Amino acid sequence: MPVQGGNLAITLGVFTGTLMRIYLLRSDYRQYPSYPHGFISHLSLGVVAAFIGAVAIPALIEGEFTAATFLALAAQQFREVRAMERTTLENLETSELVSRGPAYIEGIARVFEARNYLVIGVALLVAGGTALAEVWVGLVLGIVAFFLAALLIGQESIGQMATIEPSPLSFDGPGLYVGDVFIMNVGLKESRETILEHGLGATLAPKDDNARDTLANDGQRQAILHDVSVVLGVRRDVDEPEFTPLMRRDLDTGRLALFTVPVEPDIESLLRTIERVPVLESSRGRSLEARAGRKAAD
Amino acid sequence: MNDETRIIHQILAVVTSDDQVVGGGTPIFRVHDEKEREELANLLARILQAMVHDVGNGTYILVKH
Repeated sequence: MPVQGGNLAITLGVFTGTLMRIYLLRSDYRQYPSYPHGFISHLSLGVVAAFIGAVAIPALIEGEFTAATFLALAAQQFREVRAMERTTLENLETSELVSRGPAYIEGIARVFEARNYLVIGVALLVAGGTALAEVWVGLVLGIVAFFLAALLIGQESIGQMATIEPSPLSFDGPGLYVGDVFIMNVGLKESRETILEHGLGATLAPKDDNARDTLANDGQRQAILHDVSVVLGVRRDVDEPEFTPLMRRDLDTGRLALFTVPVEPDIESLLRTIERVPVLESSRGRSLEARAGRKAAD
Repeated sequence: MNDETRIIHQILAVVTSDDQVVGGGTPIFRVHDEKEREELANLLARILQAMVHDVGNGTYILVKH
């Protein structure tokens, strides 16, 4: 294969890989990556990943077998980058009014690493297809890879596995209740009045046993609380622990009761936000996938 | 890395109008009426960044979470 074919393959591979990274780079209200510096570093790493993927097959065709060590080095590099992202997010935890929690951070770091690998894969397919066959083969492979990747990164959200409904807040003496679930003991009368006036409550009822286990996971609960606080705000300062959003579990039914004192007192917004929280991979309940689990299911 | 030592889930202070509350290792603030108790508890909560819990018998405890 002449050098020109190789160059075309690599260029196409880098181009499609970068396009893939741009598509995967979705910054939304979850504030990650932070715009614009985070954007730039994610994009740059995406281009590097695309290049590594694109170069692999043309290099092997030319007989340069060091391309294999190249890929191994790249894997090492991206693992380190994942650790770096994790450290950055962990360092920011103390400055958040409601923290993300280690499970959410781990999920974000893992997703970041995985997306770079996806980019390598797409670039590899396009460059390989172009170098070994024709340009259109490479492009078709690229389009197929695009759709596969879009499927792979699809995330389930809480709204798909639980029914979310509003729930009234009430006090029994100093005890705060969301519906009939006890949340916490609030001593100060002034705080109780603020909670009744500005607080919101919601109930999350799991649809099956897997959902019940997912909602029981503390990392998942912390992620829900964090997302709710980001969208609706928290009516508290650093020295007021009383208005921190909380979630408590009803042990009989596996339901979760959520309590928050938001800046925006919009119950519909609260319900929609909870519905859109992603299910964390590490928190996902899997009891129904085991035979014993299915047997135990009611 | 943020290394800090925090005392959590311990009673930091007690504010009470009950004479029968016996002392231990925690500072006890005796008050005479409800209004004084609320104000003192509120102030201490802000200073200690702790939460006020009502345990009954006219006694509030301050705990850091």
